[in-house]
Amino acid sequence: MSDEWPQVSFEDRMSTVEFRVHERAHIVVDGAKCADCSTRACVVACPANLFVPTSDGGIVFNYEQCFECGTCYMVCNEEGAISWSYPEGGFGVVFRRT
Amino acid sequence: MDDEPDVDVIVVGGGPAGACAALVAARAGLSTVLLERGPFPGSKNMYGGVVYPRILDRLIPNWWETAPIQRWVTRRSTMVLTDTQALTVDYRTEAWGKPPYNGATAYRPDFDHWLAGHAEAAGAQLVCDTTAVGLLRGASGRIVGVRTDRPGGDLRARVVIACDGVNSFLAKEAGLFEHTDAKHYTLGVKETLALPKEVIDERFGVRGREGVDIEMIGCTSGVNGGGFLYTNLDSVAVGVVLKLPKLAAQQLRPEEIIARMKRHPAIAPLIEGADLKEYSAHLIPEAGLAMMPKMTTDGMLVAGDAAALCLAAGIWLEGVNFAMASGMYAGEAVVEAVRNGDVGVEGLAGYQRRLSETFVLKDHRRLRRAPEIVLSDRVQHLYPAMVAGIAERMFQVDNPAPKPRLRTILKQERKRVGIRRRDLARDGLDGLRTFG
Repeated sequence: MSDEWPQVSFEDRMSTVEFRVHERAHIVVDGAKCADCSTRACVVACPANLFVPTSDGGIVFNYEQCFECGTCYMVCNEEGAISWSYPEGGFGVVFRRT
Repeated sequence: MDDEPDVDVIVVGGGPAGACAALVAARAGLSTVLLERGPFPGSKNMYGGVVYPRILDRLIPNWWETAPIQRWVTRRSTMVLTDTQALTVDYRTEAWGKPPYNGATAYRPDFDHWLAGHAEAAGAQLVCDTTAVGLLRGASGRIVGVRTDRPGGDLRARVVIACDGVNSFLAKEAGLFEHTDAKHYTLGVKETLALPKEVIDERFGVRGREGVDIEMIGCTSGVNGGGFLYTNLDSVAVGVVLKLPKLAAQQLRPEEIIARMKRHPAIAPLIEGADLKEYSAHLIPEAGLAMMPKMTTDGMLVAGDAAALCLAAGIWLEGVNFAMASGMYAGEAVVEAVRNGDVGVEGLAGYQRRLSETFVLKDHRRLRRAPEIVLSDRVQHLYPAMVAGIAERMFQVDNPAPKPRLRTILKQERKRVGIRRRDLARDGLDGLRTFG
């Protein structure tokens, strides 16, 4: 494989997507359960990279640039560590029309 | 009375299933509300990129004259990739570029918005920016409406049709899913890349509105799944689908897996110089019959992705057509049930019957083992290398050595890759039984 492909930074990647951010977080993470979690599946699997491990063994997350796909709660193996619902009507990701 | 309905039918979700359900119900004269949580129908929706709209023949005659199509797929390629090799089966036909067409590429926000417009034109009331957050139940436990996130937002109906997508919280709340399991889902991630139309036409060998559909296996960095590349008018959609538990159990992130696929020598020249226009992601209910919920309960039906009606059978990747069909049949069954005055499970039985008698469940029954076969470890990780190796050995001229016999190549490649003969025989038989 050649390595000539110019990489797009993750920030630039996410800036191509429209998000209408509501003040209420539609993702709630139970930090205590995350601290005990060894798999951290959400960190690698979330396509928007919303889950970031911290140096003290916790997870910080951001709900604002969420695709609302559901991957995080599906791969999470700690029962109830990630509570996930849809954002308020009219908010969240808006894919583009032409 | 508390259970007195505001309308006959509430359809939750303005995607292809919901739009068709609302279209049928409204056309039959039922008062119908179509709820959409996004600012417009299709705003939350994403797929790889091909829709097969023939099911619309009945609902919207000559749909191709107005549907917001990007390109008509006249060329389909299936590619088997290793890191350095590619074997492609490429088919093209003029027939798919003329009415009534076959597959088409389209942006979902365009297509879904167009389709929901037909439901509105039929008399359905489209209510956007409104999330259904729960179910309302009557004294008997029957579902009698939905709770929305609008102030005073309870809405009552004779029947609720849940077309609320792959995460369907309504179907789960109604108890239609026994359980959900991550292994039944794949994550689809996609980059829409801008390229001038002339460049696409030249690189892909197409003209006018002709388009190309490329499906790939062996390009997902060891995570079970597959890749795709579809041509739009002046963009290409490139992405991968990844089996959730496999994705979760390794270290490469989804966008890195796309980046590696894009660097493949067979893919890179096709998309060189293209700028990222939009990045997107969505879950896919991938397991077919193995994951399907019960389709009805008292006062409610479920259709589209919410009912796991997505056909991910390797060489056949369809979903929007299953959504449109199931929505249409749900609508028909509801019309029947309301007219007969029985919206309980028995009154709604016409839905399950229609699904069973048509391609919706017939295709799924016939291909019930396909998703499992296509995503199996041998098909994903060993056969691409074997098949590519066979092609390389067949077409390589190693003079002064004479040409090896095909059966010698097959045996040597099978051993090189590490496939046992009995596994090959069994997989061959399984493949024939399923796809044959």
